[in-house]
Amino acid sequence: MLKRTHYLALAGVGLLTLALLNLPESLQTRVKSAIGASFLPLFGIRAASDALLDRAGYQVLPRSTLIDNLLRLERENAELRVTALQGADALAENQRLRATLGAAPRGPWHLKLARVVGRDPTTWWRTLQINLGSRDNLKPDHVVMSGAGLVGRISQAGLTHSQVALVGDAECGVAVVVKETRDLGIIKPGQTLLGDGGLVEMTLLQNCPGIMAGQVVLTSGLGGVFPAGLPVGTIVDTRNEDGNVFTTARVRLSANLNRLEEVWVLTP
Amino acid sequence: MNRFTRIFLFLAMWLSVFAQTQFQGLRDLVQVPIAISPALVSYAALTHGLGVTLSLGILGGLWVDSLSASPVGVSVLPLFLLGFTLHLQRHLILRDQGFAQFWVGLGAGAGVPLLTLGVLSLTRSQPVTGGFTVIHLLLLGLINGVACPFLFRMFDFLHRVFDYRPLTTSSFRPDRETVRGRQFRPR
Repeated sequence: MLKRTHYLALAGVGLLTLALLNLPESLQTRVKSAIGASFLPLFGIRAASDALLDRAGYQVLPRSTLIDNLLRLERENAELRVTALQGADALAENQRLRATLGAAPRGPWHLKLARVVGRDPTTWWRTLQINLGSRDNLKPDHVVMSGAGLVGRISQAGLTHSQVALVGDAECGVAVVVKETRDLGIIKPGQTLLGDGGLVEMTLLQNCPGIMAGQVVLTSGLGGVFPAGLPVGTIVDTRNEDGNVFTTARVRLSANLNRLEEVWVLTP
Repeated sequence: MNRFTRIFLFLAMWLSVFAQTQFQGLRDLVQVPIAISPALVSYAALTHGLGVTLSLGILGGLWVDSLSASPVGVSVLPLFLLGFTLHLQRHLILRDQGFAQFWVGLGAGAGVPLLTLGVLSLTRSQPVTGGFTVIHLLLLGLINGVACPFLFRMFDFLHRVFDYRPLTTSSFRPDRETVRGRQFRPR
């Protein structure tokens, strides 16, 4: 038998839920940031313990290993300097050609290193939290990638932390192109195969018989969020759907989204 | 239940929501996050009053939503409804029995995400669901089923440690002592 207090509790929680769900999006983000701020001490403890573990690891490593690593990194750095010089030369040439053609210039990316501090607490979203926020000039739609390839885009930027919608999430549709055939496609929201976090489904805009396993998928630059040419993944297999009108391909992502510890945020 | 047990209950909810976002290795192993908030609300509903259950459901839901891509408020109603239903029916549940705690946890662990998906379907959100969602729900149910008896034992222990012990006084009173013998000798 329900008492008056039970009815009041039911009505109160129902009204609260309705009110929260009908908040404008900007206000929702602020409310989320405010409530999420209660976890800042825990994020801080986690960062401190990670740093402590890293430092302890360095203490344990033998000196010879450290010297080997240092020499390897020096060699790698020298190689990358040469590659960067070539890249700068190619960029300058590209800008000259674009200016000649009257196309908008493509500036170099500014990169910010961020640490992954958490995953989505539910199973039906593919998001993660990074330790940079609006105070580090991060905004929604900034592109996030790892050294291996595209990771996603920033969906919400709080003051100190941001939420990244990963490739395959509802908030992160990606317009892509197959490098070898230049066929255009989309990695549609919700088409991620969660059984294997590294596989997503790509729908090509037409029947493309030339598509085959092993071909490379890049961002096409269409859609305005992701710049063109970022590596997304490699085609695993293909199939034709809707009476051979569309081709669908499974793509193995270049970046291992389950093993991310640090990511790069591309800022304009 | 005393004040300390309540504080520990809210602390456990806060930590468990944070833990849901961590431990990627364990998450890869079991395919789902270690989400024990339904088990915590079940424990609160079976052992505490409606006020504590209501507060825990609301706070837990808001904390989960603040770290998730879900719209804020989506997880509040399912957690509250679970606590409310269990609280109303708690006289019918053998809450001291381990098997009853397991089945309550199992139902709560699978039911709360299902209800949350139901609420999400009423909004504009597009959660990633499919055939694997059923397996995820079962796994979440199992995790909560295992966690629920453990939580009961842990909070019982904390209750014993932090609660005042009942004062043990003897019922013996010398002036009421019945002296048995052959002769009655008044004092």
